[in-house]
Amino acid sequence: MRSLLTRLAILVGVLRGTARARHAPEPEEDRVDPRRYETGSPPWGEPAVAALLVAAGVLFTAFAVLIAVDADTQLLGGALGLGLAALSAALVLGGKRVAPRETAVEERPIGEPREEQTVLREELARGADGVSRRGLLTAAAGTAGAGALAAAGLTVTAIGPSASALDDAPWRAGRRLVGEDDQPINADELEDGSFITAFPEGADKRELGSPVVVVRVAPATLRLPPDRRGWAPEGLLAYSKICTHAGCAVALYRKPTDEALSSPPALVCPCHYSTFDVRRAAKVTFGPAGRPLPQLPLRLDAQRNLVAAGPLSGSVGPAWWGTKGRHA
Amino acid sequence: MIGVRHRDEPDHDPVAFVGDRVRTSGPLRAALRYVFPDHWSFLLGEMALYSFFVLVATGVFLALFFDASSTEVIWHGPYAPLDGATVSNAYASALDLSFKIPGGLLLRQTHHWAALVFVVSIVLHLLRIFYTAAFRKPRELNYMIGVTLLGVVILEGYVGYSLLDDLLSGMGLAIGNGAALSIPGAGGALGSLVWDGPFPGGSAFLPRLFFVHVFVLPALIAVLIGVHLALIVRPHHTQFPGPGRRESNVVGSPLWPGYALRSLGMFAAVASVLVLLGAFIQINPIWQWGPYEPWLGENGAQPDWYLGWLIGALRLMPNLEVHAFGRTLVPNPFFGGLLFPTVVFLVLYAWPWLEQRLFTRDLSQHHLLDRPRDNPRRTAFATAFLTWVATVFFAGSADRLFLAFGVSYEVQVRIFRVLFFVAPVVAYALARRVCLELRKRPDGHPLRAVDAEVVRRSADGSFVAEDG
Repeated sequence: MRSLLTRLAILVGVLRGTARARHAPEPEEDRVDPRRYETGSPPWGEPAVAALLVAAGVLFTAFAVLIAVDADTQLLGGALGLGLAALSAALVLGGKRVAPRETAVEERPIGEPREEQTVLREELARGADGVSRRGLLTAAAGTAGAGALAAAGLTVTAIGPSASALDDAPWRAGRRLVGEDDQPINADELEDGSFITAFPEGADKRELGSPVVVVRVAPATLRLPPDRRGWAPEGLLAYSKICTHAGCAVALYRKPTDEALSSPPALVCPCHYSTFDVRRAAKVTFGPAGRPLPQLPLRLDAQRNLVAAGPLSGSVGPAWWGTKGRHA
Repeated sequence: MIGVRHRDEPDHDPVAFVGDRVRTSGPLRAALRYVFPDHWSFLLGEMALYSFFVLVATGVFLALFFDASSTEVIWHGPYAPLDGATVSNAYASALDLSFKIPGGLLLRQTHHWAALVFVVSIVLHLLRIFYTAAFRKPRELNYMIGVTLLGVVILEGYVGYSLLDDLLSGMGLAIGNGAALSIPGAGGALGSLVWDGPFPGGSAFLPRLFFVHVFVLPALIAVLIGVHLALIVRPHHTQFPGPGRRESNVVGSPLWPGYALRSLGMFAAVASVLVLLGAFIQINPIWQWGPYEPWLGENGAQPDWYLGWLIGALRLMPNLEVHAFGRTLVPNPFFGGLLFPTVVFLVLYAWPWLEQRLFTRDLSQHHLLDRPRDNPRRTAFATAFLTWVATVFFAGSADRLFLAFGVSYEVQVRIFRVLFFVAPVVAYALARRVCLELRKRPDGHPLRAVDAEVVRRSADGSFVAEDG
């Protein structure tokens, strides 16, 4: 009896031989007849297939029982997955060792006779027999088609809600800022480096125009444009929390660990890394966003709670056709 | 007597029963003799097909329990952190599927894994077709159907994982909304139409998404798969060159019985792997992400892998927008989210026609496949194109790379922007060179060939190099 090693060596040799033959067709090989037909199985073949099929049946039944007793996902999936694996092994073994193995040659239907195409062409052309004004009819049909397309297009654009609602935001002068718990936000709760989310009191929090981030920086470091001088009492700044790039929540606040060495405090969108410098009116310092985050002017009321001093400075969220340009 | 069956009655025999009524014995016999070439790479398409079957089977089960509505409910269940939370019906029913319905989590996870594997196998299948030039005449149309399938399947996957209304779904939908709004001119109206209002959308949105996911796109995929298979059978399979293999024949295993058994075995194997993945490897644990609110976001959030190239493209694009007349003509997400994928798909669609008209000038029928080295220009182009898309794809996992290597994402984005232009050129040159080298050794299998000299020691102790 040949050792396993010898058999492996022969197998590798055969594989390399066939690989070489397959990749380098010689002219005479075209005349080789590759057909092959082989039946019969090794003595262990049929019992092995039967055993695998029985195992699959047992495992599938186990799956049903486990479902009935509401077992763990791992047990359920283990039973079903192994059952399928046993079934797979039985089928492959059956196909490769038990059922007849055949390499056949089938003739390939190539192309199509030109005559058939000629006959078809003539048949199509007969549709215009006796029709005198083909140009007129073609043009008229074109008009009908164009009308139908226009009707479809216009209907689609007209049935949706108006796009102008994209710019709605609930912020007005005098509206108090509240937290997720609907409680007003007191200036004294916020220390330098704070980062919280706030909403207009009484508004729908899920509206894109609602959420703003409130941060506090040292007033002396502010670099707001001249017309926004009074918008950040005591260094308290509020910006829309919705990224002006693609509408994700600007959920990250990069707080400097060292004033001299770190990059300036910035709001960062986790989706595509748009980075907004909070001290410079949310100017885009990195990433794909095309506009700064709209700023909400703030003031403090008598109880030192945060109140909006006006509407947001621009359109909220991702830009669309109707969005005003870079600094709006 | 009524109800008595006689042994010799034709209706007692299944072949006669069907044949007498449907007249299909001839075509069925021909189908059983249909020949499949024996090569492992032909199984990639089968892997995709069988993943689709698993998706349909598990998806039917999930659809019986999933409730795609945004109505808010208070969820109660065994997962303590969310017990008593106010969430949407969609999220609540996905939690129920995961925690309460027997086998629900298994099938949810298997469904998700099957979706990932479905796209993997389609992409691998596409690469095989591309590198071996199986798209040549007469198969250009079927190739284009295949490319269409890839696009539809990616959309179907995105819609699917967006349904659950968890944090990741919402972040993905926000980006999708941003990309839709960015279409010049039509974006605002289109986005408002699809989302039933401004993001996060009206009450009609989630039911729409569900309908698209469980009916419109699956039906489209099923029809396209049907046409794809029919257009394979018409001219029969391609085959690699070899002894007795000609343009005018197919050499391989007939469908019955060997190939049918092996292929069903392949189906069971694909299903087995997917179920085992669903059982043992957790995927999309929505209870950990929590429900979506527009003001919530998470660092390190990754979409399903087949969207990585889109998030990468959105990240790599510099902050360019086109403004005119005080309006935003072309918002930024248009470039990465729409223009880039459009270019990728246009290149894929156009390649067979470009190749036959510009490069090979070959309009004859081809049924014997090329090896990748046989046409260095095509192989180099395919490799460069793949490298280009892969570069963008890896930019989409910059968060992961940051965790793995500690390189900040600003630096990564800058590196990837350079690679975007440089990597394809390098890949083209390398692939072309490898092809040319391989062509120099006619019988050399790239992995099996022994590239060494055989040296023997002769009787007198000297060493002699053998020829060949």
